[in-house]
Amino acid sequence: MSKSEVDAGDSVHPGKPVIVDRYTVAARINHWITAVSLVLLALSGLALFTPALYFLTGLFGGGQLTRIIHPWIGVVLFLSFMGLFFRFFRLNLWERTDSVWMSRMRDVLANEENKLPEVGKYNAGQKMVFWSMSLFILVLITSGVVIWDQYFGNYFTIEQKRIAVLIHSATAIVAICVWIVHVYAAIWVRGTIGAMTRGKVTGGWAWRHHRRWLKDLVTGKN
Amino acid sequence: MASLGPTFGRGAMTNSWTDIKNADVIWIMGGNAAEAHPCGFKWVTEAKAERGAKLMVVDPRFNRSASVADHYAPIRSGSDIAFLSGVINYLLTNDKIHKEYVRNFTNAAFIVRDDFEFNEGLFSGYDESKRSYDRSTWEYKFGDDGFAIRDMTLQDPRCVFQLMKKHFAQYTPELVERVSGTPKDKFLKVADWVASTANGERAMTIMYALGWTQHSHGAQNIRCAAMIQLLCGNIGIPGGGVNALRGHSNVQGITDVGTLTAAIPGYLALPTEQEPTLESHLGKRTFKPLTPNQTSYWQNYHKFYVSFLKTQFGANATKENEFGYNYLPKLDGIYDCIKMFDLMHQGKTTGLLCQGFNPLMAIPNTNKSREALSKLKFLVSMDPIETDTARFWENHGEFNNIDPAKVQTEVFMLPVTSFAEEEGSVTNSSRLIQWKWKAADPYFESKTDTEILADLFVRMRKMYEKDGGKGKEALLAVDWSYKDPLHPTVDELQIELNGKALTDLKDAEGKVVRAAGQRLATFGEMRDDGSTDGCMWIYTGFYGPTGNMAQRRDNADPSGLGVYPSWGFSWPANRRIQYNRASADPDGKPWSERKKYMYWDGQRWSGPDVPDYVPTIPPDRAVGPFIMNAEGVSRLWVRGLMADGPFPVHMEPFESPVGNLVFPKLKGNPVARVFKYDMEALGTSKDFPIVGTTYRLTEHFHYWTKTVHANAVMQPEFFVEMSEELAKEKGIKHGQRVRIWSKRGEVKGKAVVTKRLKPFKIDGKTVHEVGLPLNFGFIGETKKASPINSLTSAIGDSNSQTPEFKAFLVNVEPIAGPVA
Amino acid sequence: MFTPVPNPTTNPVAAKFGQQDLIRRSASSVTAPAKRQTEVAKLIDVSKCIGCKACQVACLEWNNLTEEVGVNVGVYDNPHDLTANTWTLMRYTEYENAESGNLEWLIRKDGCMHCEDPGCLKACPAPGAIVQYSNGIVDFDHDKCIGCGYCIKGCPFNIPRISQVDQKAYKCSLCSDRLAVGQGPACAKACPTQAIVFGTKDEMKQWADHRIKDLKSRGFKNAGLYDPPGVGGTHVMYVLQHADKPQIYAGLPNNPSISPLVEVWKGVTKYVGLAAIGAFAAFGFLHHAVAGANRVTAEDEKNAERLTEGQR
Repeated sequence: MSKSEVDAGDSVHPGKPVIVDRYTVAARINHWITAVSLVLLALSGLALFTPALYFLTGLFGGGQLTRIIHPWIGVVLFLSFMGLFFRFFRLNLWERTDSVWMSRMRDVLANEENKLPEVGKYNAGQKMVFWSMSLFILVLITSGVVIWDQYFGNYFTIEQKRIAVLIHSATAIVAICVWIVHVYAAIWVRGTIGAMTRGKVTGGWAWRHHRRWLKDLVTGKN
Repeated sequence: MASLGPTFGRGAMTNSWTDIKNADVIWIMGGNAAEAHPCGFKWVTEAKAERGAKLMVVDPRFNRSASVADHYAPIRSGSDIAFLSGVINYLLTNDKIHKEYVRNFTNAAFIVRDDFEFNEGLFSGYDESKRSYDRSTWEYKFGDDGFAIRDMTLQDPRCVFQLMKKHFAQYTPELVERVSGTPKDKFLKVADWVASTANGERAMTIMYALGWTQHSHGAQNIRCAAMIQLLCGNIGIPGGGVNALRGHSNVQGITDVGTLTAAIPGYLALPTEQEPTLESHLGKRTFKPLTPNQTSYWQNYHKFYVSFLKTQFGANATKENEFGYNYLPKLDGIYDCIKMFDLMHQGKTTGLLCQGFNPLMAIPNTNKSREALSKLKFLVSMDPIETDTARFWENHGEFNNIDPAKVQTEVFMLPVTSFAEEEGSVTNSSRLIQWKWKAADPYFESKTDTEILADLFVRMRKMYEKDGGKGKEALLAVDWSYKDPLHPTVDELQIELNGKALTDLKDAEGKVVRAAGQRLATFGEMRDDGSTDGCMWIYTGFYGPTGNMAQRRDNADPSGLGVYPSWGFSWPANRRIQYNRASADPDGKPWSERKKYMYWDGQRWSGPDVPDYVPTIPPDRAVGPFIMNAEGVSRLWVRGLMADGPFPVHMEPFESPVGNLVFPKLKGNPVARVFKYDMEALGTSKDFPIVGTTYRLTEHFHYWTKTVHANAVMQPEFFVEMSEELAKEKGIKHGQRVRIWSKRGEVKGKAVVTKRLKPFKIDGKTVHEVGLPLNFGFIGETKKASPINSLTSAIGDSNSQTPEFKAFLVNVEPIAGPVA
Repeated sequence: MFTPVPNPTTNPVAAKFGQQDLIRRSASSVTAPAKRQTEVAKLIDVSKCIGCKACQVACLEWNNLTEEVGVNVGVYDNPHDLTANTWTLMRYTEYENAESGNLEWLIRKDGCMHCEDPGCLKACPAPGAIVQYSNGIVDFDHDKCIGCGYCIKGCPFNIPRISQVDQKAYKCSLCSDRLAVGQGPACAKACPTQAIVFGTKDEMKQWADHRIKDLKSRGFKNAGLYDPPGVGGTHVMYVLQHADKPQIYAGLPNNPSISPLVEVWKGVTKYVGLAAIGAFAAFGFLHHAVAGANRVTAEDEKNAERLTEGQR
């Protein structure tokens, strides 16, 4: 007997079409704070990362302000993501069926979902995004503090800072790549964005992509 | 200075700073030139880099000079005479002396009176009750012709040379190690390098400063050095000399101009009570030659003296009134500042005027000084900065613990312009007078020293005119005929220093050589009939008929020997190396081509410098090269010219960790000046086992720059330097706060634990020494500290009265407080 | 004596070098001038240094810097480290030479080395905040500095410091403003013993040879010039008594070079990173074009309605 895939606030509204509440208002606000922070961090971070994108500092009022703002946004992101983490981590725990799902990536990419195991609230790809982002953000905040000279400059050696800055930038690149996957998936899988804007998806969407979640909701499995 | 004069004739640095580059060996001892004279030190680095010169440093601490030296030897503070006597003994017993020089240019050949004796450290004539010597037995033996008897073979057992051999024989390298704590091999290396210059080929310069003078036997330390240089033939030649490095940029100028308590400008003497008439004063000082043919320059003393009196009293100085001699005060003793503070402490002084002087910091025994200042009615501080002295009445906690309510002294602070805010001259250690121009306008209401003193004088004279008082005649007789009596100009003052003709000066044939009103070109033009004035004969010529020589800035050096004859003006007579006649042998030929300087060219003395000799007297007239001395030669034996003996004797400091190991009966210097108060404030090695010594730091200039931000950044806080061994013994950590105390007071500071200080083995016993920088006080930008002289004693040298700042006893302990 | 740079005229003169002489500019590219100016260098002769700190004060005064009055922590080094206001600092080391048995007090003037291959410039993300002139001077332009501290990470000598006041990076400029009008650096001018001399790099190397010969004659058989090749040579060089052991001079690096971490960070990471981001984005477009959107079908909706029917 597998665990319930239902989160607090999830509910089904029968009708034509069926409407399913997927994210609460709080979860959505939390998500968008995180999302905006991450975009701003990516922009400001990339500006400082490569001269080719230094012009992006213009968005933040110049290099000096970019340098000041970036770490503070990082703090916001970290706290905000903590919220998401505790909200979502339970249903993102890895299951055996997730491995099966992953192994059939070809079917996933080919939109052949009927060939895949039934998925709970999150599929294996979403879980991968969740866990990798959790890890990256932890690495980024930690390495970020090490190179945040204005407040922590005296606590670390230059060699530690060199290692940190390299880790910070490499991790950020990977995180941005994961973010691209995340955003693309939301666009690719139509009907998804509504989950994070209005908090709702249609029953068909849930049936197609997260059938086990829908079934658990319908059966009232808790 | 109190020993260079008796030895060579003039009490000043023998050579010039720039001449140091000609040295082959440079010996720094009793000083730390890199620390205290970094700009002059460039010539040491020049000699090393361009001439391959060897630098050796002997000091209790491995100091900044030692950091660039080829050889460093440690020495316990206060034991210099033993060390230096050891070098003298080394030179004599190994026959490493420049024989021809010694025979002809020193008094080695002179025979000493038969009744002279030396026993257990004391010379004949000692009177214990008076703490002084009757020096009559220290004289030469004279022949029937009135001249001193000599034995040019140097074999006579009573000749100076033989007496010297005997006197110094006991100072073996082993004794030096036992007394001074200098390892034998390190001592011998020093002696060997000294000996390497005892010939005509190589030269050694000795650079010293207050590390030698500030002892109760300071003058004798320097005497040793002067004797070593004479034995090596290193006086009067390029790259040689005994070079006294002065402690201020202009302290040479200050002493030249007569702020010494027993002198008037130009090192002429103030009269004493035993000299009621001008004749009686001059008679004692116009020395007669002691050898045939000799010219003694002091035969001209009366010309300088009368010219001085003419400047001082102008028209009021006439032949009839002995040129106003009677207006001069007659001394009944010496009134130096230590004596004055003792009198002040006894409540015998009403007021004190401190002009650019911070005695609370500068003189020994701060607690005594503070009490003394509290007994004054008034204190005037003329200074560009606020001094600790001017704030002596203010409570600064442990740093200046005083109850202001109990101080009745009224303090006036008169702001004075600083050196950069007025024009004038500065005379450096090597007697070089250089002009400085005004660089900035004075701040606020500050006035020049001249303006303040002129105002004071004019007001006081008015009061005397009106109300009368003691010494009224003298005060009214002073010539104050400046255009504006309240603002004597620099030009007027310069003319006074230089001197001028008052009437037409004529030569023997009646030809006018100097018209009335013209400034004099040399002191040779001064006369004793009142027809010239000039208050400072040694400076005569610096503002001669051709203008202000101190302003010359031509850095051409045609000889390449660092003479720079057209840069500034070096007294006397623009001479750069004193006694330079001695750079040639008795026949007038250079001792060697390497050291060629002044020589007889068949007509006259030529060379790159001004000869220290009558330029046209040929060498065969046998006139000695030391023309200021009645003998014509320099003195290995100073006769009665020094208070504590014709030869140096090893004397311990008054506070010493060990007794006198050479002469156990001697306690300190037997004729040093000791006031009762100070004798009672001496500690013993039982309570205070550690030797303390004071010095300044290159980052600061005495007690002034602690008020300057940038200097305070460079050295922000008082510290004490100690060896790792002592720190371990006392449980003191690096950078920890420690308390240092002597019988007289205490200070607190940070511990600088260093490898640069090592414990000494003195007579088998471990002796520690700590180093105490003197620049910190309770006023200024640096962290507050108690004046270092809270620890020191006012006991002074018997010749110069300089206090014993460099060797005293303390104890040390760690105290609570944050570590670094 | 090394002939010092003479006092210049007090009349206005044209700057001897400027923007047209840049050979490197941080986070941007410059067209190198056709002809490089003669390389200059400052030579610091540790064996002549007496540690008087005149250079430190001259630096403060010329550059109009105010340092804090600190405390004594048991050493002569004051302040205790370089700061945004202290661009040069005397560092004192007591070294016991086991070979000679002598104590040596090694006093090294620390400060920017003006590397030929400057790590600070390489690390700097702000265009033009760090520049290198063709005469070798590496200079900071504070108007462009953003205070990120990357220069600190790039520097192999631990020199730049960030000001706690304006959060910008500071270090020795080799007195580029003085040099531009024909004067030498302020520290060299103030040095009483010519432990600091200034001239062309070739002159300095020759002068160093002369000094090294003297040191060798005094028994320092490893005396030598410190002009580390790892950073392409420097425009501040040392004469060391023990050139085989630079580390004993208060941690002067033995073989300094820009840290490989910085090289990777500012090199391969930059290109691989941007490429990866681009590749992921491209993959998305490509996939969408090939596989198309994943749409919910009417059947899916029906299935959902059927599933929920029982709940109505």
